Amino acid sequence: MTAAVFFGCTFIAFGPAISLFLFTIARDPLRVIFLIAGAFFWLVSLLLASLVWFISVQISNKDSATQQKGLLIFGVVLSVLLQETFRFAYYKLLKKANEGLLTLSQEETMPISIRQLAYVSGLGFGFMSGAFSVVNILADSVGPGTVGIHGDSQHYFLSSAFMTLAIILLHMFWGIVFFDACEKQRWWAVAAVVISHLTVSCLTFQNPEYVGSLVPTYVILFLMGVWAFYSAGGSLRNLKLCITCKDRDFLLANHRPR
Amino acid sequence: AATARSSGRASGQIRKRIGSYFSFAGVGCNSVEKKIYVHLNYTVPCVRLLNATHQIGCQSHLSGNVGVLHVLESEENVDWVLRSGPNPPYLVILESPLFTRSIMMKLKNGSSRVAGVAVVAPSANPLEGVSPHTTCPNENTGVYTENYDPSLAHCNVTVWNPLGSGLSYEQFDFPIFSLKDDNDTQVIRQCYMDHNRAVNGSTPQYPLCAMQLYSHMSAVTDTATCMRRNDINFSISPEMVCDPLGDYNVWASTRPINNTAKGHKMWESVVIAAARLDSRSFFFEVAPGAESGVSGFVTLLAAAHALRNATQEAPPNRTILYTFFQGETFDYIGSSRMVYDMQNNNFAVDLDNVHSVLEIGQVGLRADSRLWLHSDPVSRKNDSVNVRKLIESLQTAAKGLNVSVNEPGFSQPLPPSSFQRFLRARPIPGVVIEDHQSAFTNRFYESMYDNAEYLNISYPPNLTPEEQLVFVTDTAKVLLLIANIHHVHVLLNQLYKASPRLPSDSLFNMFSVPQVTRMLYGFLIRSNNSWFQQRIPPDFMSHLTDRPTNFYVGVAQQRSELTHLVQYLLANLTGSTANISQDNCQNQREDEKDKESKHMYSYVWVQGAAPPNSTKREGFCVRSTVRLSKALSPAFDLRDYTSKNYSTWTESRWKSIKGRIFLVASHDLEVNFPFTPQRQHMECRFNLHLCFMNFLRFLLTMNWLCTHCRKSGKLDAGIHCSFLE
Repeated sequence: MTAAVFFGCTFIAFGPAISLFLFTIARDPLRVIFLIAGAFFWLVSLLLASLVWFISVQISNKDSATQQKGLLIFGVVLSVLLQETFRFAYYKLLKKANEGLLTLSQEETMPISIRQLAYVSGLGFGFMSGAFSVVNILADSVGPGTVGIHGDSQHYFLSSAFMTLAIILLHMFWGIVFFDACEKQRWWAVAAVVISHLTVSCLTFQNPEYVGSLVPTYVILFLMGVWAFYSAGGSLRNLKLCITCKDRDFLLANHRPR
Repeated sequence: AATARSSGRASGQIRKRIGSYFSFAGVGCNSVEKKIYVHLNYTVPCVRLLNATHQIGCQSHLSGNVGVLHVLESEENVDWVLRSGPNPPYLVILESPLFTRSIMMKLKNGSSRVAGVAVVAPSANPLEGVSPHTTCPNENTGVYTENYDPSLAHCNVTVWNPLGSGLSYEQFDFPIFSLKDDNDTQVIRQCYMDHNRAVNGSTPQYPLCAMQLYSHMSAVTDTATCMRRNDINFSISPEMVCDPLGDYNVWASTRPINNTAKGHKMWESVVIAAARLDSRSFFFEVAPGAESGVSGFVTLLAAAHALRNATQEAPPNRTILYTFFQGETFDYIGSSRMVYDMQNNNFAVDLDNVHSVLEIGQVGLRADSRLWLHSDPVSRKNDSVNVRKLIESLQTAAKGLNVSVNEPGFSQPLPPSSFQRFLRARPIPGVVIEDHQSAFTNRFYESMYDNAEYLNISYPPNLTPEEQLVFVTDTAKVLLLIANIHHVHVLLNQLYKASPRLPSDSLFNMFSVPQVTRMLYGFLIRSNNSWFQQRIPPDFMSHLTDRPTNFYVGVAQQRSELTHLVQYLLANLTGSTANISQDNCQNQREDEKDKESKHMYSYVWVQGAAPPNSTKREGFCVRSTVRLSKALSPAFDLRDYTSKNYSTWTESRWKSIKGRIFLVASHDLEVNFPFTPQRQHMECRFNLHLCFMNFLRFLLTMNWLCTHCRKSGKLDAGIHCSFLE
């Protein structure tokens, strides 16, 4: 309802992601390209999943509530599996592309590391997933009314925005862990990512008990964040150095002449 | 586009509280918007009408008016809305007993805190009279002006509509809608009870129940302004903002008159039998018009039918012209146009041919079983105007039928009637038959309560529509009686002088009561009935509805259902069956070579009835003298939009009329996309400040840039950089 809610929810959902984009990705054109390609891959996975779901709903019995509910669960699981499949496919594509880029470019080192690719592609997946989650809700939040006249919870807009924020960040962490696991052939880590994605998606069936769906999601977000930090090469020592601005490698690498 | 019906999507039902964790009801029907809004199905707005000097009616903002719901309990409760309520603006829900002038004027004066009004129409008529029309209808366009007779002008002698509150002619800055007392309204009341009620004097807590009404009208100020804006041709698809009111008059004659040769007809002396068709109410297209319109013209239709048989046996020497005028409610659109056409030789006869006028006004109520014959005192003083003879013959006719018919007994002007426009042109003898001696007996003049219930047209319960159609109500008998008087009077006047031999059967020929019954049923209860269906052409079938006919005159481009119905009924009742093929009939000719009949007659192919053992209707051709004549005010032909002589009423155009209810959750009720004008003045000031600050900042920046560039040598030293100077 009204501009305040619209802007508030938009910034809640997309704020961290946009700031990550602006500060770490926007300067490097190669990263931007891979981000958009990642978003596209997510989109294709959604297209396939929705095609299957649409057909199955048309041939199902529309009046039976249990059948529809079962169909919904099936749809969610299928969508998650397809997304992870496409993440894997994107990983394979990026590996091939990287080799190609290396042969083309003049320099000896790769222009973009696989870790950066993992981060960027995860964020791309997150952007697109967040957009599809929340844009239609934002469009309706602009009008004068709020949810509730039929008895639904009033926190609909706010909790949708927070959920979207969690999903975007989660996609980013999943990307990092997934690519790292694929690099090191640790298939149990890949399975863990898939299972945590399934868990988060199925937690949304708790809605409108928003506490029951948001709190576990954020717990999983925190845990995945820590795991991604460690798999990206971070450690407590690095963190301390970075925070106190004593990390010489980082400072040298990011120093830009005026 | 001008008279779009109410729109509104179909979700009006409350769903049960969704407690389970599974909130998906099915494929594709779960949308966020459905969670938020409940759209109103039945929305009847009040629209804006304009004339030469004023605009009347209601207006909403372009993006709809949003207001917190408040169900008004009493007149004192208006104080909550106007002063003490903490969450303005309010959208007031009124039950119909509270829809009075005093409350509406208070709301109008406090319109910064009032977002709109919704009136719940009751299912039964109120006990005391309510009329939103003015006390002196059509006072400026009748015959009683300062020039004619100042003592009779402006209802100095008799106030015709004493119960009139004049609400229909006020201008409101907020939308006013009418709601039916049904499930949707119950949802609204329940929403108010759940969320908005102040308990024990405490302020109600958010979230509050609110409603948004859209009825933005494009036209403003007056007719001249909106017609001027109509003519602006900037784009390929120019936008019209208003349309003149009007329709077609229906007329027929007992003897065929050449309609193609306009102007004066030699040796033709015509008696005009007039009645009025239209009516109105405060809300758009709600105009049941039972006593004010239907009683008059149904009587005239019945009389026309009776006279058909009589005049065929013994043709009179004067032709009777039955005329049904449209648009009389709005300053006599139809009759002023006919008089204008007669004066300009644009009509089949002209004013010299008119011998007298007999008008049937409101005759449905007949309190204490008397009828009154009104005439104009000013023209009666003139000896050449022989009203005396008319009145005497009417009284003689009535005696034979045991009905009491009197003159008012004192010098009283004519009530508002189409005859006044004829008198404005020249003095003609004429009489207006009414059921009231001085002020109207109609307590619901031009209001939404002037319906079948008011005329006591009630049927025993458990009758099917077909049985109701043939059930003879008392009102039918009443109107029959009046029609008989008219019929008899005309016969006496015309036939007795002409030929000494009178067929006595026709004098007391009680023509069928069922005719009047069926007409009353069709116009007041349900126009989609078998009797009407047999008398209309096949392509008009889809226009018949299951509701009472709407008597609002509407804009001139749209011919209303009523005009068509009266035209076809009159053709059936005064015409005769012609043995012509459908093709010839629809081409207005007797056979392939005929080119003359269309000047004298008009032909209509009606679909007829289906024989008992078949479903296909057997149509036939009806030959009659029924014609349509345009009823658009002469002011629009003359392009004199500020005319004081003719009606200048126009109806504004609009884009969408809808309403919806929802919850609002914070104080930022007004901060919408785009900013609603409730806070517009604040935004305007705020923006002005911003503008000014930015301009100052721009100046300072330019100043600094200039001095900096000059100091660093990039700009010539001689340049003056003081922009602030």
